[in-house]
Amino acid sequence: MQLDKTSPSGTGTPATRTLGVLVIASLIALSLFGLVFSAEDVVQGSTVRIMYVHVPSIWVAYMAFAFTAISSAVYLTAKNRSLGWDRFAGASAEIGVLFVAISLVTGSLWGRLTWGTYWVWDARLTSTAFLFITYIGYLAVRRLGGTHRQRARRSGVLALLAVLEIPLVHFSVRVWRSLHQEASVADKGTDVELDGLMLFSLFFGLVAFTLLFVWLVIHRQRTLWLEDAYADKGLDAAIVARREEAGV
Amino acid sequence: MEHASFIIGSWVLTAVSVVVYAVFIVKRGRSLSQNASREEFPWT
Amino acid sequence: MSTHSVSRITVSLAVARKDLAIEWNSKILVNQVAPFSAIVMVLFAFALDNEGILQRVAPGLVWLATLFSMLVVIQRTFAVESADGALDALRVAGIDPSAIFFGKAIALMVQLFALELLLVATAVVLYGVEMSALGFLEVLVTLATATIGLGFVGTIYGGLASAVRGRETLLPLLLLPVVAPVLIGATRATEAAFESGGAKVSEGWPWISLLLMFAVIFGVVGSVAFGPLIDE
Repeated sequence: MQLDKTSPSGTGTPATRTLGVLVIASLIALSLFGLVFSAEDVVQGSTVRIMYVHVPSIWVAYMAFAFTAISSAVYLTAKNRSLGWDRFAGASAEIGVLFVAISLVTGSLWGRLTWGTYWVWDARLTSTAFLFITYIGYLAVRRLGGTHRQRARRSGVLALLAVLEIPLVHFSVRVWRSLHQEASVADKGTDVELDGLMLFSLFFGLVAFTLLFVWLVIHRQRTLWLEDAYADKGLDAAIVARREEAGV
Repeated sequence: MEHASFIIGSWVLTAVSVVVYAVFIVKRGRSLSQNASREEFPWT
Repeated sequence: MSTHSVSRITVSLAVARKDLAIEWNSKILVNQVAPFSAIVMVLFAFALDNEGILQRVAPGLVWLATLFSMLVVIQRTFAVESADGALDALRVAGIDPSAIFFGKAIALMVQLFALELLLVATAVVLYGVEMSALGFLEVLVTLATATIGLGFVGTIYGGLASAVRGRETLLPLLLLPVVAPVLIGATRATEAAFESGGAKVSEGWPWISLLLMFAVIFGVVGSVAFGPLIDE
């Protein structure tokens, strides 16, 4: 592999740099489409503009947690047990937590404007809050210590348990109570009527945020590799020092 | 634009959190990569 | 080959008996956890300070107190194991991890069930809850099904949190989100049994089926997942 000596960046490669430029450009374009070009909603007025960050954020969060689950499953089932999959799972979960937090906050701001209240106890909101807490717990388990393999196995099992837990919580909260408006793109005739440009802006947002997720997850996975390598080096140095001490 | 503070607030919050996180990752990557030689990186 | 001739059920029961014997000797449940849950019920009464409200929310309070007490009990059952590496010893001895899982879960269920009976009795005495004979039967079924589910999840996450000593604070964070369906189902079923807020006894049975589903799912999953979680 060719070394890139022109940049001091640790985790960047020409490919991720190209992707990064693409992400920045598409996010700027999204701001123009979402805040300037797209029309106001007939019912919701300008408040619909929150949708262009809220919906892509929760999209990224779902994608991230799904990727965490898949990576964990691959780690646990693959024969070579590559720690790379574990690092992908951890990187992805961290990004997911960030984007769930963003979508909870932007969602409650949007809710304040359209429903008149920051929070309603409906199934989708409540299970999203549970998603947030569950993956905070997952990240805490990753920091428990032990060897990389122990971390990978523990958190891998936990990630698969979370896949089971979330639908159960969602189901039980849904039978508990429900008010949330149905997803408006799939179901015509609800609050938001999306015209062509609004729909385009929304899907453009999904694409832009997906690219952002890919960039973030690649870089985070690489810093996790560096952290693991650093920990291993510290351990190796300690073993060498111990051997010298013992005169071996 | 009515409710401008809520709308701009949502966008700014999203942008700031993403930028802060991205900068954190890149900086951490740079400082940690001082400890390893570039030949070892799986991605170079 | 002796491990193959001994059935998994025998091993599970032996593990459960061992846990309960330790509990019987130390009396932690009777001397510490039970008084703790009773004082929680008294404190709820102080906080809400209204007999009408207390009667209405009694089912929820019973289950909240159960969850809080359960955290203490789980930490206790796994502290016993990890303190002297007893869990590792069982694993090294070649005992099937699913047998350990079921054994520890059964011991936890027995303790929880006793605790819940006490909490329901406290609610009857302190909060003025009344129930019909059918309602009482429904309470018993609710306690049983909810306890099975709680015992299974509690053992899964207790095993995980006990893997590293000094990190007991992790257990509530991991466990409480998972048991939310039990809290919802058990509270609603108990409300029906207590007939609080105009609920009818017959309305409780669908919630019990939710509890049963939860118990079955986590029983199956736990028997598979417990091994990798405690294996160091």
